[in-house]
Amino acid sequence: MKDVNKKGRIQLAAARTVAYTILIFLAVLCLFSFYMLIINASRSNAQLQGGFAVWFGGHFFDNLRNAWNDASINIPRGMLNSFIIAACCAVLTTYFSALTAYGIHVYDFKLKKAAFLFIMAVMMIPPQVSAVGFIKLCYRFRLTNNYLPLILPSIASPVVFFYMKQYLESVLPLEMVEAARIDGAHEFRTFNQIVLPIMKPAFAVQMIFAFVSSWNNYFIPTLLLDKAELKTVPIMIAQLRSADYSKFDMGKVYMFILLAILPVLIVYIILSKSIIRGATAGAVKG
Amino acid sequence: MKKRRGVSYSKWGYIFILPFFISYILFSLIPQITTFYNAFFENYRNGLSQVGPNYVGFGNFIKLFTPAKNGSIDILRYFGNTMILWLLGAVPQVLVALLLAVFFTSFRLNLKGQQFFKTVIYMPNLIMASAFSMLFFTLFSPVGPVNQLLMSSGMLEKSFDFLGMMIPVRLLISLMNFLMWFGNTTILLMAGIQGIDQSMFEAAQIDGANSLQTFFRVTLPLLAPILVYTIITAMIGGLQMFDVPQVLTNGKGTPDRTSMTIVMYLNNYLQTSKNYGMAGAISVVLFIISAILSLVVYHTLSKPYKK
Repeated sequence: MKDVNKKGRIQLAAARTVAYTILIFLAVLCLFSFYMLIINASRSNAQLQGGFAVWFGGHFFDNLRNAWNDASINIPRGMLNSFIIAACCAVLTTYFSALTAYGIHVYDFKLKKAAFLFIMAVMMIPPQVSAVGFIKLCYRFRLTNNYLPLILPSIASPVVFFYMKQYLESVLPLEMVEAARIDGAHEFRTFNQIVLPIMKPAFAVQMIFAFVSSWNNYFIPTLLLDKAELKTVPIMIAQLRSADYSKFDMGKVYMFILLAILPVLIVYIILSKSIIRGATAGAVKG
Repeated sequence: MKKRRGVSYSKWGYIFILPFFISYILFSLIPQITTFYNAFFENYRNGLSQVGPNYVGFGNFIKLFTPAKNGSIDILRYFGNTMILWLLGAVPQVLVALLLAVFFTSFRLNLKGQQFFKTVIYMPNLIMASAFSMLFFTLFSPVGPVNQLLMSSGMLEKSFDFLGMMIPVRLLISLMNFLMWFGNTTILLMAGIQGIDQSMFEAAQIDGANSLQTFFRVTLPLLAPILVYTIITAMIGGLQMFDVPQVLTNGKGTPDRTSMTIVMYLNNYLQTSKNYGMAGAISVVLFIISAILSLVVYHTLSKPYKK
């Protein structure tokens, strides 16, 4: 009996060592490129040409100033543009997804099932397959170099709808809606003042995801925005790539990349726990 | 549940779902239909003059599948590239995620620092793909830090052109995709394993099953639905692969278009030549492929475990 125990303990220790080794290796793999980014964003062009380094170079704020004031790539403007679009998308996506989920969850109507099945069926369609028609539509109605076609489509987000529906099913007893009705509350009021507060956690998580995916979005914006002052961050990053690379101050290039990902990185570091929890909730039942 | 009669609330259902459907119809459904419609017209810019739109029937599709002078059919080639790039990233992604999900959920292992590891491996998923790709471009450029490191440590004589050769470029793209998605997959599979009835594992243990047997006989079959879901979404995501190879290769799919994906091909027609006919035809093909793939994967993987 003792032998079995001992054997078991050795096996467990070995298994743990293997597990930790793999985890640490993957963590290093994930962090390596970002670590290099931060280090290199603090080094001058001369230092960067000079060779590899594992520690800061002391030029972080020089690079920041240079990148921030760059004439051809107006990164502060790009960040502001991206922020405006992403914030609008986050609000519209969450509000209207919740509204739709509530409509289908609470009310009985003839097309209820059809509406639900339709949304589920279109959930998997890649957005790129309607790009041609979308771009042509924008050209026809003179909506290029305009943020509306980047913001308004976020009203219809099947994935967020699905998440909100799952959430409502688990937190909203229909009796509560009935009670509000007996108290004479208007249907919209019930939704805005009673249901929305209950859904706060779902809103928070989905707002972050909607914000991040809009902030990172590259495919459609690059087809619609060509005025310099309207460009978003990912377009500027791609511009950086197509510019004549050898003439660039590399410290500045790293700083541009860092600025592009920094807002999301900061939000993630603060809220990682709830973001990770939110990443699963919508999909588990799917 | 009691139903109050007398007042009909059904109209509110319609009112509440109306904005969603208006937006969807306007910005997705109509564009989808006009995209398919455009596939049957010749419509592009040739220098300063505009050609079409002229109805050409299946002309664009025939052109799409007509071999070039060297005998290769571009769209098939790019589809092949996309699949290779996707598989190189997705196979390790699913396997590693499965392994990590088992590690994280194992009571026996009872690993410490889980929150830290989860935070780190999930992070790349939220990072802007184009910026991540630009970062890899600078890190792996001939004068970049990776080459500097390899040369100063004496492992290389002169700099290695990671971005000029097919295999390194493909591996870099797949590595980025892997890094961006394995954390996400891990989290999903973990939730799946945690959703399995705990008594199943206890029963297996009482029957004397070891960890491997438990994994293959209990965890894997019960995880199948979520695994299917994960693979389907990963595959459809893979078909849309664009940002990473576009930025890494500056839209050219270098070297010699061996890392050109289908959506990059589509983007070329949309951005440079404004060839809506050919772009429409590619969209139709992409739509059909994604529809078939999701059906095929769903059926082959979900049947054996269906209750």
